[in-house]
Amino acid sequence: MPEDVPVLEMRKISKVFPGVKALSGVDFRLFRGEVHAVMGQNGAGKSTLVKVLTGVHKHDAGEILLEGRAIRPDSPFAAQKLGISTVYQEINLCPNLSVAENMFIGRQPMRLGSIHWRELNRKAEEALARLNISIDVTQALSSYSIAIQQMVAIARVLDVSSKILILDEPTSSLDENEVERLFGLVRTLRTRGLAILFITHFLDQVYRISDRITVLQNGLFCGEYKTAELPKLELIAKMLGKELSEFSYATEHAAKKKEAATSRQPTSVLRVRQLGLRGSIAPFDLDLSEGEVLGLAGLLGSGRTEMAKLIFGIDSANQGEVEVKGKKADIDSPRAAMMAGLAFCSEDRKNEGVLGELTVRENIILALQARRGMLKFIPLKKQLEIADKLIESLTIKTPSAENQALQLSGGNLQKVMLARWLATSPAVLILDEPTRGIDVGAKLEIMELILNLSRQGMGVIFISSEFEEVVRCSDRIAVLRDHAKVGELSGQELDERKIMRTIAEGR
Amino acid sequence: MPSVRSSSQSKLVWPLAALGCLLLFNFFFTPNFFHMEVKEGHLYGNLIDILKNAAPIMLLAIGLTLVIATKGIDISVGSVVAISAGVVAILLGGDLAGQAKYPLAVAIVAAVLASTAAGVWNGILVSRIGLQPIIATLILFVAGRGIAMVLTNAMVVWLYVKPFAIFGQGYLLGLPFSIYLVAGLLLLTALVTRRTAIGLFIESVGINPVAARFSGINAKNILLGVYIFSGFCAGVSGLVVCSTVMSADGNNAGNLYELDAILAVVLGGTSLNGGKFYLLGSMIGALIIQTLTTTIYAFNVAPEISQVVKALVVYGVSLLQSETFRRRIAGVFVKGRAVA
Repeated sequence: MPEDVPVLEMRKISKVFPGVKALSGVDFRLFRGEVHAVMGQNGAGKSTLVKVLTGVHKHDAGEILLEGRAIRPDSPFAAQKLGISTVYQEINLCPNLSVAENMFIGRQPMRLGSIHWRELNRKAEEALARLNISIDVTQALSSYSIAIQQMVAIARVLDVSSKILILDEPTSSLDENEVERLFGLVRTLRTRGLAILFITHFLDQVYRISDRITVLQNGLFCGEYKTAELPKLELIAKMLGKELSEFSYATEHAAKKKEAATSRQPTSVLRVRQLGLRGSIAPFDLDLSEGEVLGLAGLLGSGRTEMAKLIFGIDSANQGEVEVKGKKADIDSPRAAMMAGLAFCSEDRKNEGVLGELTVRENIILALQARRGMLKFIPLKKQLEIADKLIESLTIKTPSAENQALQLSGGNLQKVMLARWLATSPAVLILDEPTRGIDVGAKLEIMELILNLSRQGMGVIFISSEFEEVVRCSDRIAVLRDHAKVGELSGQELDERKIMRTIAEGR
Repeated sequence: MPSVRSSSQSKLVWPLAALGCLLLFNFFFTPNFFHMEVKEGHLYGNLIDILKNAAPIMLLAIGLTLVIATKGIDISVGSVVAISAGVVAILLGGDLAGQAKYPLAVAIVAAVLASTAAGVWNGILVSRIGLQPIIATLILFVAGRGIAMVLTNAMVVWLYVKPFAIFGQGYLLGLPFSIYLVAGLLLLTALVTRRTAIGLFIESVGINPVAARFSGINAKNILLGVYIFSGFCAGVSGLVVCSTVMSADGNNAGNLYELDAILAVVLGGTSLNGGKFYLLGSMIGALIIQTLTTTIYAFNVAPEISQVVKALVVYGVSLLQSETFRRRIAGVFVKGRAVA
């Protein structure tokens, strides 16, 4: 690998969106003949970095050097002309046009004022042959598999003379064979001296194909490493923004948990068998007993939310079954889930949770009212009683139950969501990131509340990105990776290191 | 502690103020505007005329208020009025002796059922197929007139069945019968939406259909329901329209009524963005529009500029409704004082 001069160098790149610092002082280097993976959780700044490089966004500070010359592409087209080509996750070709047409759209060879079809097809075949692909280029693109389409997209951008190839999540919709095929192509391109920037969620694939890794965390540059010199476990710790040595304690806590677990007579409240949805989450089993807290741990984008949404019937599973309190439940909508005794607080409070223009009271009684049916109106007096009781017991800070919910702070909105579901006295409460974006005090209160509810016999599924929180609250932890459940921890195994090891090893 | 009802009351202040201003203007500048007399046991006068003429729009606005509360829109109501009128007309028949082809009750029920079916069609397109409301209802907006024309054979059908005249021309206890229809439907709708959770669910779906669904509300059925109801209201409105002129004209019956009805709802304080709705506000909105029209007639405003005058007043009322605008105006005054 030539180590001398990088073909691309991005120095101290910063990008601010209103209210968010998406990138601050990020460095990135790309050498000829290497595959360089950019890693980070969702929201770490990977896409922003790519978008700055491809001219979709303009950076606020820093500089980009291409072969030593400062560039500042102001559109994807300009970046393409400089030799920076991108193949996106969603293939942006026209499925109803032929492969050849797709490859030469906008620059068709012409003869006598019309398209020279024979020449067009010949050139397309040649371009594909260079990548060792031989297919009928006159067929519609849609008649080929996603992997072939992906390769056509790559052939298309490479034909426009490329120095840098950016692959943004190219494998997310490919199966294992197709991935291998694509990687074969990537390796060929690498030996030809192309510089390849590779973005993916899949840890395994990074280790299979990449030579170098740059880690981003929360818009910050964490470091650049040779893939061979960065163990998986350390990579995960870095993506989480921690050093491996920071993970040590919490074992004593686990011991306490185990003690409590054995002293309890388990009654199953939720039993999930082989529930799955293609393209969302692989089939999984889950069990939850009365008074138990089950944590879902995994990196952002590992499928935790998808799992919760599948159980709650927001997405419809295409296989598997669910039992609630020993009874088979046919859950095909949130309404059906609620009737069966489930409750779900979404991580997206603003768009999927609170109804800002309604009053706090209306927000709180909404699910209970939906459960009773719209004709069995809860009398206003009773509504106020329920709302006031929950406002008091959850210490929701609002001037009164009649204030609009949108005037409340994040932590209090979270409590309003909780109150809405507690009013229905569910058997199982699913909490997706209930502690995100709220202040430390409120976080502790919410965790305390979770433990209280479980003591009262409610089964709780608790999702959080903070492994520490998951370990502290949970009796058992299901670990997710790459949209599949890869393991379950309990008793002595409840610690953060163990979670990370499970993610790294995938079992 | 603020009472449960306070927010809806404060929302009615601005439409009421606008209506008050219009009436005040007439009090000073239109002679005999408030004059009322009793003729043959009926009340006559400008105010009664306003109520009577506003009735068809008010009926439409009741249904549209709920549709708009779900962040939807139904622009087909004017055409459905024509369908309703057409159905009544063919079932009663244009017999000069006033002999009805089918019993009056059958004709009325059939007309309302046909309109409700139109609502079902709209509701299915919006709630099940997922079409955008304006596109979904555009279909019947266009096709509805066609259906009405087919029903009446593309002719104006004149009706001579006397009892049918009650809807548009009749009187009960000295007041126009149509006012009772409006009051009845309004009361019923208010009771059903506010004494059950239907109102809350409609508002929830309008504010955020995703959050509503996640809370266990069957958002699709709520949507279906409001469009069906809007069709029903348009059917009742069609009866009044047809009865007022005792004829059914596929081309002109209810023409452009949907715009006045939407305007009435918006003037009444219900936002096109969905959410909280104000049935009484919509009624006041319809009265504002009708009062304005009557005022313009009373003033003999030249017909070529009457629409402009109407537009200007509507513009002013809309600005008054906007909290942002009010705050800005208040800001100017406060600043002005500070400078002085």
